[in-house]
Amino acid sequence: MNLLTIKNLEASIDNVQILKNLNLKIENNEIHVIMGPNGSGKSTLSKILAGHPAYSNIQGNVEFKGKNLLEMDPEKRSHEGLFLAFQYPLEITGVSNYDFLRIAYNEKQKFKKEPELDPLEFMELIQKLLNKLKMKSEFLNRDLNEGFSGGEKKRNEILQMLLLKPNLVILDEIDSGLDIDAIKIICEGIKKNLEKDASILLITHYPRILDILEPTHVHIMINGRIVKTGNLELIEELEKKGYEPFSSNFI
Amino acid sequence: MDDLKKETSFEITQVINQSYKYGFVTDIEKEAFPTGINEDIVKLISTKKKEPQFLLEFRLKAYDKWKKMTFPEWANLTINKINFNDIIYYSIPKQKKTLSSLEEVDPEILKTFEKLGISLDEQKKLSNVAIDAVFDSVSIATTFKEKLAKSGVIFCSISEAILHYPDLVKKYLGTVVSSGDNFFAALNSATFSDGSFCYIPKNVVCPLELSTYFRINDKESGQFERTLIIAEKNSSVNYLEGCTAPQFDANQLHAAIVELIAFDNAKIKYSTVQNWYSGDEKGVGGIFNFVTKRGLCLGKNSNISWTQVETGSSITWKYPSCILLGKKASGEFYSVALTNHYQQADTGTKMIHIGEATKSKIISKGISCGSSKNSYRGLVKIGLNALNSRNFSQCDSFLVGNSSNACTYPYLEILNSNSIVEHEAKVSKISEEQLFYLLQRGISTEQAISLLISGFCKDVFTMLPMEFAAEADKLLALKLEGTVG
Repeated sequence: MNLLTIKNLEASIDNVQILKNLNLKIENNEIHVIMGPNGSGKSTLSKILAGHPAYSNIQGNVEFKGKNLLEMDPEKRSHEGLFLAFQYPLEITGVSNYDFLRIAYNEKQKFKKEPELDPLEFMELIQKLLNKLKMKSEFLNRDLNEGFSGGEKKRNEILQMLLLKPNLVILDEIDSGLDIDAIKIICEGIKKNLEKDASILLITHYPRILDILEPTHVHIMINGRIVKTGNLELIEELEKKGYEPFSSNFI
Repeated sequence: MDDLKKETSFEITQVINQSYKYGFVTDIEKEAFPTGINEDIVKLISTKKKEPQFLLEFRLKAYDKWKKMTFPEWANLTINKINFNDIIYYSIPKQKKTLSSLEEVDPEILKTFEKLGISLDEQKKLSNVAIDAVFDSVSIATTFKEKLAKSGVIFCSISEAILHYPDLVKKYLGTVVSSGDNFFAALNSATFSDGSFCYIPKNVVCPLELSTYFRINDKESGQFERTLIIAEKNSSVNYLEGCTAPQFDANQLHAAIVELIAFDNAKIKYSTVQNWYSGDEKGVGGIFNFVTKRGLCLGKNSNISWTQVETGSSITWKYPSCILLGKKASGEFYSVALTNHYQQADTGTKMIHIGEATKSKIISKGISCGSSKNSYRGLVKIGLNALNSRNFSQCDSFLVGNSSNACTYPYLEILNSNSIVEHEAKVSKISEEQLFYLLQRGISTEQAISLLISGFCKDVFTMLPMEFAAEADKLLALKLEGTVG
C-alpha cells in the first residue's frame, strides 16, 4: 500500500528555490535512502514533510496514508504516524525528559481516542522501552537532551520513536556526530524495533550506514530534485564516480 | 516574514491571549464610604473599625506625610494620572451582625470564593492550609483558627488583631515599612482597611501553611490591605497569598503593605501568586498594583524568603525586600513575572546587607508577551559592617513575539572589600526550532509554549509550596494555554 506519495514538490526559503519538481513514492515495509551532496535539499525535504514553519511557497502534492499531508499541522502529522529523528535534537531546559515523553505519548493517545496514562502507568511503559534500548532510567530525570552526548541524544530519539510507533520514520543524518559503533547500535535499535509495515526514509551522505540498514530503494538528490533512483548497486556506482556524473545531466 | 511563519506567531498570540477566568462580579449589598480622601475619611475608617487611639494617630500621621509626597516617577512605567479622590477607600459587604461562624457569611460571598477554587469550609478542605479570605475592604473568614490556637499561633485579620492584640500590633506595626516610607506606603498606612496578622511564638513550627486570599469586588473601591507577620525565636512559618479581581473597564487601585519580622533562627517563607485582572487586550482596565513588601531579618541566622508569581495587574510596582540585620541572616527572592498585551511590570527586590556574614540570593524570571513591558529592578547593598557577605543574582528575561520589551536594572552598592557579589543576566527568545521539535512529537503549540515557559521558570516554581506550585502552573496555563498536561 502507498504510504507516502510526493508529486511535483517545490519549495523555497527566502525566495531561493530549494526543491524542484520532486517526486517520490514510499510503500509499506520499505527502506529508502536519499543521498546527495551538501546543499542538495535533503534536509529541507525532511523538514517540509514534518511541517517546519520556515518553508513557504510549497507547491505540489504530498499524500500520507491517503491524506493530504501539506494541509496538516506539524502535530497532526506526528499523530498520523510521521516521525522525524532530528539531526541535532534540541535541548530544552527545565523540562524533564520524563514529562516530555509522557505528554507526547498522551497527546497521541488522545488523538487515537485511547486512554491517557497517569504518571505511574507511564513509568511502567517507558521502563520497558528503556530496557529494550539498554538505557538507564536516570535518563528520564534529566532535562530534555540537555547535556546529553551525541550518542545519548540519538538514542533518546529512538526511544521517542519506540514510544510513538510511527508508520514512517525519517532519519535525518542520524549518523552525524556519532562514531561507527554508536551508529551501529542506533541503526540496529531502529531496525529491531520498527513497527510492522513501517517504512524508513533515510537521509545521509555517509554510505557506511547503508551496510547496516540495507535500503530497498536508493535515490540520488541533486539541486533539489531526485535525479536517479535504483537499488544498492547505485551506491557502488556513486562510491566509484561520486556525484559528478549524476549532476551533469541536469545542469 | 512568510505566511507559515506568520501563522505560527498568530497561533502563539492566540495561545497567550486566553481570557481571564476570574473576571466575574459578585452582586452583594455593600456599605461604602463616599469617594475621595481627606482627614475625615481617615478618621471615619478608624471609628468604623473601633480602633484604639494609637492607630488613629498612626493613620493621621501617615496621611499628613502622604499629603506632602509626590507620585513616584522613576519606574519604567507609563501611568495615566490617578485621581486619588475618585477612589472609595472603604467598602464592606453589608452584614447584619458580627460573624461568629461561616454559616453567617453571605452565601454569595462564599460562592465567590468557591468559584475561585478557595473553599472556606474546613470540612471540605483537604489540603493543609489555613485561609484568611479578604473581600474588598474586610476579612470574611479565617479557617482553622482553633487548630492554630492550640500551638499558640495567632492567625486572624489585622482588624481583629488590632482589637484583641493591640500590644503586639502597636509594637511592630510600621517598624519595617514606616508610615512615610514611600507614597503608596503612606497612603496605605492612612487608609488600610484590613489584611492578615500572624504571630508565631518562640520555638513553634507553624503546623499549617497560612494563606490569605484577596478579592477586589467593588468597581470603585481601592484595596489597601496590610499584612504583618512576626516569627519569634526558633519559629517558622509558610505563608501564601493569592489575589483576583473582576473585570472592569476602569482601573482599580491596590496598594498593600506586607511587613515581616524574623527573630533569631526564625524562618519565614512568603509566597504570592498574583493574578489581579490585567486589563483587556487593548490595555483597558486592570488593577494598578503598588505594593511595598519588606522583611526584616532581625535575629541571627534568621531567614526570609520571598517567592512571587506575578501574572496579573495592568501595572505592577513591587519590590519585596529583605533587610539582613542579624549575623548570618539570609534572604531570598524568587520571582516569575509574566506580562502580556499592554501590561507593565517594574518589579524586583532589595537586599540590604547590614549584619556580618549575611547571604542573599535573587532568581528573577521575566516573560514578556504581546506589547508588554517587563522590567527587573534590584538593589544589592552590602554595608560597611556586613563583612564576609555574599549575594548571588540571576535575572533572566524571555521574550515572546516581536513587540514585547524586557529591561534589567541592577543596582549594586558594595561598601566593604571582603564580600562577594555575583550577577548574571540573560535574555532569550522563544526558539522556533525548539517549538518545532515539540510539535513534531505531537505536542500542540499551546502546550509546547507552556512547556518551554514552565521550563524557563522551573528554578522558581520548585521554590513554591506544593499546593501553590500547582496553582502557579495553572495560572501560567491560564495565561498561556487552555490546559496543561
